Amino acid sequence: MSVGPVEFDLARDLFPLAAGVLAALGCGLLGNFLVLRRLSLMGDAISHSVLPGLVIAFLVTSSRGSLAMFIGATVAGLATVVLVEAVKRLGRVESGAAMGVVFSVLFALGVLLIEVASARGVDLDADCVLHGQLETLVWFSAPDHLSDVALGDLLRAVPQEVTTLGIMVVVVLAFLGLFFKELRIAAFDPALSTTQGFHAGIMHYALMVLVAFATVASFEAVGSILVIAMLICPASTARLLTDRLRTQVWLSAAIAVLTASGGYIAATAVPGIWGKEEVNAAGSMSVFAGLVLAIAVVFSPRHGVVVRRLRQRRLARAVVREDLLATLYRASESGRPGTAVTTLSEGRAPRLVRAAMRVSERRGDVRVAEGRVSLTDRGRRVAKALIRRHRLWEHYLVDEAGLPPDHVHGTAELLEHLETLPPEGPQVDPHGREIPGDG
Amino acid sequence: MLGTLASAGGGVTVGEIVETLLLRTGFNTRMVIAGTTLLGIASGVVGAFAMLRKRSLMTDALSHATLPGIALAFLFAPVFGLASRSLAVLLIGATVTGVLGVLCVQAILRLTRLREDAAIGIVLSVFFGAGVVALSYVQVNAPSGSAGLNAFIFGQAATMQAHDVMLMAVLASGALIASIALFKEFTLVCFNDSFARVDGWPVSAIDLAMMAMVVLVTVAGLQAVGLILVVALLIVPPVAARFWTERLWLLVMLSALFGGASGYLGAAISALLPRMPAGAVIVLTAGVAFGVSMLFAPSRGVVAGALRRLRLRLRIASDHVLEAAHDAGADRIERVTMRELADLHGWSAWFAWVVRRWLIGARMATGTRDGIVLRERGRRRGRQVSRNHALWEQYLVSYADIAPSHVDWSVDLVEHVLSEELIRDLEKKLAQRGEALPSGSGVTA
Repeated sequence: MSVGPVEFDLARDLFPLAAGVLAALGCGLLGNFLVLRRLSLMGDAISHSVLPGLVIAFLVTSSRGSLAMFIGATVAGLATVVLVEAVKRLGRVESGAAMGVVFSVLFALGVLLIEVASARGVDLDADCVLHGQLETLVWFSAPDHLSDVALGDLLRAVPQEVTTLGIMVVVVLAFLGLFFKELRIAAFDPALSTTQGFHAGIMHYALMVLVAFATVASFEAVGSILVIAMLICPASTARLLTDRLRTQVWLSAAIAVLTASGGYIAATAVPGIWGKEEVNAAGSMSVFAGLVLAIAVVFSPRHGVVVRRLRQRRLARAVVREDLLATLYRASESGRPGTAVTTLSEGRAPRLVRAAMRVSERRGDVRVAEGRVSLTDRGRRVAKALIRRHRLWEHYLVDEAGLPPDHVHGTAELLEHLETLPPEGPQVDPHGREIPGDG
Repeated sequence: MLGTLASAGGGVTVGEIVETLLLRTGFNTRMVIAGTTLLGIASGVVGAFAMLRKRSLMTDALSHATLPGIALAFLFAPVFGLASRSLAVLLIGATVTGVLGVLCVQAILRLTRLREDAAIGIVLSVFFGAGVVALSYVQVNAPSGSAGLNAFIFGQAATMQAHDVMLMAVLASGALIASIALFKEFTLVCFNDSFARVDGWPVSAIDLAMMAMVVLVTVAGLQAVGLILVVALLIVPPVAARFWTERLWLLVMLSALFGGASGYLGAAISALLPRMPAGAVIVLTAGVAFGVSMLFAPSRGVVAGALRRLRLRLRIASDHVLEAAHDAGADRIERVTMRELADLHGWSAWFAWVVRRWLIGARMATGTRDGIVLRERGRRRGRQVSRNHALWEQYLVSYADIAPSHVDWSVDLVEHVLSEELIRDLEKKLAQRGEALPSGSGVTA
C-alpha cells in the first residue's frame, strides 16, 4: 500500500487512472459536437437509458458476459435517440421535454427490471451504473516500482474495461479524423451540409451512435455521471477559451485528461492528508471538471468574466474622458474658456470624472489652474474631432433617419464614441451650430 | 418480460388488489398511497407550467443538485445539534444545494456564451458528482455509516413512516395551493412574458415563485420517488396532457389527473407486488399514460394524425380519378386506365386498390369485374373538380403571373382545398374581367 498521501501506487492506481483518463478523453472529444449542436443533454439521456438495455441483455442471456451487456446497452442508447426523435416529431413536443419523457421512463424501466433480476438471486447494482467501480480495477501482481514493469506483464494484466475504453478512444479519434470536415459543416450549418452532399441527418445519427458507444464503453468503469460530465464540461470549457473549432477540440482533449488525472489524485490522495479513506474517484473527476470550467468562466482571456469587466470599465472611462473634453469644447464655443471642476461632474459618477480628469491632465489634454479647467491645443484637437462626429451624426439622424431635431442628441451622444465614422455632411448641424472642419 | 413480471407478482388475489386500490390496507400503506397521489397531483399542476415555460429539463438539474445537500446535511447536522437522520434536516440540505444548482445554471447563462442545454448538463453532472463524492465519504468515514442515504437516489416509498408522508403531503399541497392561487400570473408569464413585463407584472418574481413550486415538489418527492425519477413526475404528465387539449385549464387538470393517477396506481401496485420499487412503477404508469396519449389522443395523437393524412390523400386520389373520367367523357374506368392513372401519380398497386374501394364506399362508383362504373355522385364530383381545376388555372394565369405552361402542375395541388366561397368569388372576378368561364356552371353542390 501507499506510504505517503500522494504516493502513486502501481497496483491500486494505474488502471483506474488509465480508465478515467481514457473515458474522459473519448467523451470529451465527442462532447465538442454535442455542445455545438445544443445536444448536450442527449448524452445525459443516453447514459440514463442504457440501464434497461443492460438488464434486459442480462435477463435474456443470464450472464454478465460483457459482449451481451454491451450490445444491450448500445441498442438501448440508439433506441433513446430514435424515440426522442419520434416523440419530438410525431408528438410535436419540445425537445427538452421529449428527452425528459424518454430517458426517465426508460430509466424507471431499468430500475424495475433490476429488482426483477435480483428476485432471481442475481446482484445487479444500479448504484454502480451511476458511479462506476473504478476501485475494482486493481493490478494484483503489480511490481513495486514503475521501472520494474515488463511490457508483456502489463499487457496481460490490462483489465477488459480498460481495453474497451482504449478501443473506444481509437474509434472516436478515427471518426473525428476522417469526418472532421463533415462534422464541422453539419454542426454549424446543417442545411448547407445537406446541399453539399453530406446529409446532416446521417452525420447526426453517426454522432449519436458514437455517443452511445462511448457511454456504454465508459459507464462500467467510471459510471454514467462522469460520462455526462465529460461529454459536456471539457468541451464547454474549451468553447470559452477559443473561437476556432480545431483548437477547441484539442483543448477539450487536454482539459479532459487534466481533469481526469486531477480528480483522481484529489479523490485518492487528498483525504489521506486528514487521515480519511479515499472517496469516489469518478465523482471527484466530475467535480474537478466543474472547477476547471469555473476557472475558465472567470479567467478566460477572451470571454472570461474578469476580462469582460475590465473591457467594459476601460470603455466607460474612455467615454467619460471624451465627454469631458466635449463639454469643455462646448463651453469654450460659448465664450467661457475655463470651467469649474465641480460643474463637470454633474450627472456623472464623481469617481469616474476625477479619474478622467487625472488621465486627461497627464496626457496633456487639459490644464487645471485655480480650480478651473481648460483645454490645451492637443485636447482641443481631440475635442473638435469628437464634436464634429457628434454633429454629423445629428445631421444624419435628422436628414436620413427622419428623427425630429429635438430627439437626436441622446443617440448622437452614444454614436460619437463609435469607431464607425458618420457620413460627410454640411457645415451646420440641425440645431444651427457650426460643424467643425476636418483636422 | 411479462412472464417475469407476472411471476414476481404471483399469489396476489383479486381481493387483495381491490383492498389495496380502495385503501383498505395497513395504515402505513394507506398513508404512502395517499401521499404519492397528492404528490402526483401537485407535480402535475406545477409541471404543466414548467413545461409551458420550457423549463422541463431545468428540473433535472435541480433534482440532481439535491444530492450533495442531502449528504452534507447528514454530515453537518450533528454540528448544529440536529438529528442527522431527520428527514426535514436532509430535505433542507437538499433544498439549499438544489436552489444553488438552479442559480448556477442561471449564472452560466448570464456570464458565458454557453447555451441552456450545456448549462443544465454541467450543473447536473458536477453537482451529482459532488454528491457521489460526499456520499462515498459518508459511507467510509462517518461513524454511523451512510444509513440509507442511497435511498434518495432511487426512492424508497415502502420504508416511509407516517410522519415522513405527512411532510411530503404538506410540501406537495403547499405547492398545489400556491400554484392555484397564482394561476393567472403563471399563465401570463408562460404565454407572453414580454407583454407581462410591459403591463407591469413582476415577471422575475413570478418566475421565481414558479421555480420555488418546482423546488417544493422535487424535494417532496425525493424520498418516495428518488432524485433521478422525480423529474419524470414533473415532465411526463403535462406532456401526456398536452396531446389532449389546447386549453390551459384543461391541460392543468388533465396533467394533475395523470400525475395523481400515476402516484396512486404506482404506489398501490408497488405495495401489492414484492420487489416493485414505487418510484419506478409510478414513473412507468405515467409513461403508459404518455404512450396512450401520444398514440390515441383525438386531435394531436399519432393515430388520429395518420388517419387524417390518409383520408386527405384518398380524397385527393379519388378526385384525380373522377376528374380524369370527366375529362375523358367516360362513365366507366377500366382496370387498364386505373393502372395508367396509378403510374401517372405514383401510386402503389395497393394504394390504387384502396382508392377503388374508397370510391365504391363513398357511393361515387360501383365496382364491376373489369373496373368501376361512375354513379351520379361521382359524375357530379368529377365535373366539380374539373371545373375548379379550370377556375384555378385561369386564376393563376391572370392574377398570380404564372406562366401557362407551369399552371397545370400547381392546380393539381390546390384544387382540393378550394372552398365554395372562394369559387363564387373567383367566378365573380373572372366574370367582371369578361374572361371566358369554363363550362359546367351550376354544378357546385
